[in-house]
Amino acid sequence: MFNKDRWKEIIEVLTKNGFRTLLTAFGVFWGILILIILLAAGKGLENGIRADFDNIATNSMFIWTRSTTRAYKGLPKDRDFSFKLEDVDLLRQEFPQLRYISARNQLGGFRGSNNVVRGIRTGAYNVYGDYPEFIEQEPMSITRGRFINQNDIAEKRKVAILGAGVVRELYEPGETVLGTYVKIQGVNFLVVGTYKKRSSNGDGEEAQKQIFVPFTAFSQAFNRADRVGWMAITAHDGTSISSLKERIVDFLKEKHKVHPEDQRAIGYFDLFQEFSRVESLFAAMRFIAYFVGILVLLSGIIGVSNIMLIVVKERTREIGIRRALGEDPWSIRKQILMESLFLTLVSGMAGISLGALFIYGINALLEQNGPVDMFMSPSVSLGVVLAALGILTVSGLLAGFIPAQSAIRVRPIDALRAD
Amino acid sequence: MIQIKDLHKSYRMGSNSLHVLKGINFSVKEGELVAIMGSSGSGKSTLLNILGMLDVADSGEYILDGIPIKNLNETKAANYRNKFLGFIFQSFNLINYKTALENVALPLYYQGVGRKERQAKAMKYLEQVGLREWSHHVPSELSGGQKQRVAIARAMVAEPKVLLADELTGALDSKTSYEVMDLIQKINDQGNTILVVTHEDDIAHMCKRIVHLRDGVIVEDKEIEQVRASQYVQ
Repeated sequence: MFNKDRWKEIIEVLTKNGFRTLLTAFGVFWGILILIILLAAGKGLENGIRADFDNIATNSMFIWTRSTTRAYKGLPKDRDFSFKLEDVDLLRQEFPQLRYISARNQLGGFRGSNNVVRGIRTGAYNVYGDYPEFIEQEPMSITRGRFINQNDIAEKRKVAILGAGVVRELYEPGETVLGTYVKIQGVNFLVVGTYKKRSSNGDGEEAQKQIFVPFTAFSQAFNRADRVGWMAITAHDGTSISSLKERIVDFLKEKHKVHPEDQRAIGYFDLFQEFSRVESLFAAMRFIAYFVGILVLLSGIIGVSNIMLIVVKERTREIGIRRALGEDPWSIRKQILMESLFLTLVSGMAGISLGALFIYGINALLEQNGPVDMFMSPSVSLGVVLAALGILTVSGLLAGFIPAQSAIRVRPIDALRAD
Repeated sequence: MIQIKDLHKSYRMGSNSLHVLKGINFSVKEGELVAIMGSSGSGKSTLLNILGMLDVADSGEYILDGIPIKNLNETKAANYRNKFLGFIFQSFNLINYKTALENVALPLYYQGVGRKERQAKAMKYLEQVGLREWSHHVPSELSGGQKQRVAIARAMVAEPKVLLADELTGALDSKTSYEVMDLIQKINDQGNTILVVTHEDDIAHMCKRIVHLRDGVIVEDKEIEQVRASQYVQ
């Protein structure tokens, strides 16, 4: 393999018609470059979307009530009902596979009117009544103070955790936040913490403008008694929430005397299923990247094969001479295959290198200009590079195969006669 | 050295077949310098190709230095060609992107001889044909006579049992032809067996024996008084 004369000959043959070799090499170079860039772009999109999901426990569902659409057990249809706090405990007993069940309540909403006052400043924010474990389901970084704790729940303390966006609007820069009071719909809450959520998607602004207060204090202050607005349910890692959701819904229907066939009385959103859907989207993107990349590469490979056929044709006489001088047919086959492989690998590696450089450039640009929606650190793994090299090797050999066969089919006597 | 018995060869040309060799019998002893003569179509090139294992006979026997040559696959034929035979062609057939030295060293390369040894040996043979100074020139920088001498050195380098020359002076002017023939005679003087295919009378008479071929059979086979080429060379 590492035979000086053989390599010298390969270089001689390929440089003899340099421009043609360059054009041929460009086909392969281009193919692998596109493959690498497509894969990297797919990965960037994937990273961006994944970063959004990173904030949330994905094995989760949200469940809420609507009005019934069927009469059942003596109760009329169009009946409004709510989940109760006791439902949380019942669910915990019934489904040990569940990791967190957070009862939640909410004030305000999309384009709500101003509901929070501090001094002369007011703002419209989403105010949530929550349990301490909610932070495990939707992680946020506490920048000052603390999140809700069990004592807050037990003593119904009127405390609040403000989002960074709320702080920005209600306070002067540099003003002390902890220990101050904000008035939420006329009720004063002591600020004990602030948070910041990391998110790269479009509602990033909205996510920083939330206020969390203890669930029990919320219920008391805003007259919710033991009613629950909705529940965020997360299953343990071993069980998917999608496999449990039917049973959870049926259990709650039974408990609240809802007709078993009533599909609309209880609404839910299965985050895990959405996430799986996104996962299959990633898989599809990867498939498309490989498919398109390999097809482009294939046209490059065909170019190499074509040129090698021409090279063999041009060297018919030389091959005849070499066979007359006693060169083994295998040696000739090996020569052609190595030329093709060498050309493919060198141009492919150039493509990989430029692709890597391109990705590096994009990353530097992204870092400089801050995060972009749904796109984050495009990259190709070592595995992809190795796969690309594997594809190149196989295709180089394939490209050389037909020309090599035609080279050893050259009969010396015919080649020498061809004057 | 070479024994041939009842050699037949015909070519298929569409529906009719062309019987080129119609039972050739002859033998060559070691150290002979034989000219094979005949007009075109007499079968002399076909005979040379069969002797050179570039082509196979339909029937008959061919024994080279005691080894029967038959049923060869390509690999084996290549191996035999490399070890037993040296070829000299009318159109030189040097590889044009390799230097004279590399061209001469080729048969040794195919034998797997190491680089150093190969080059030393090739240089020795180049020197023998008087082209030491030209060893690093590519064929396009050499004259016809020089090219043919490189080709002769290449044919000699593997120390074959037989040299086969096909119209080796066909592309040369008469002065150069005589120089090349002088070289051939000197090589023959060292005891090498050489077969020369030619249609030129003067070249044939510089050999020691002339075999005349006509329409696929040997019509005449005689020993002759050798004309030394050196008398024409200053």
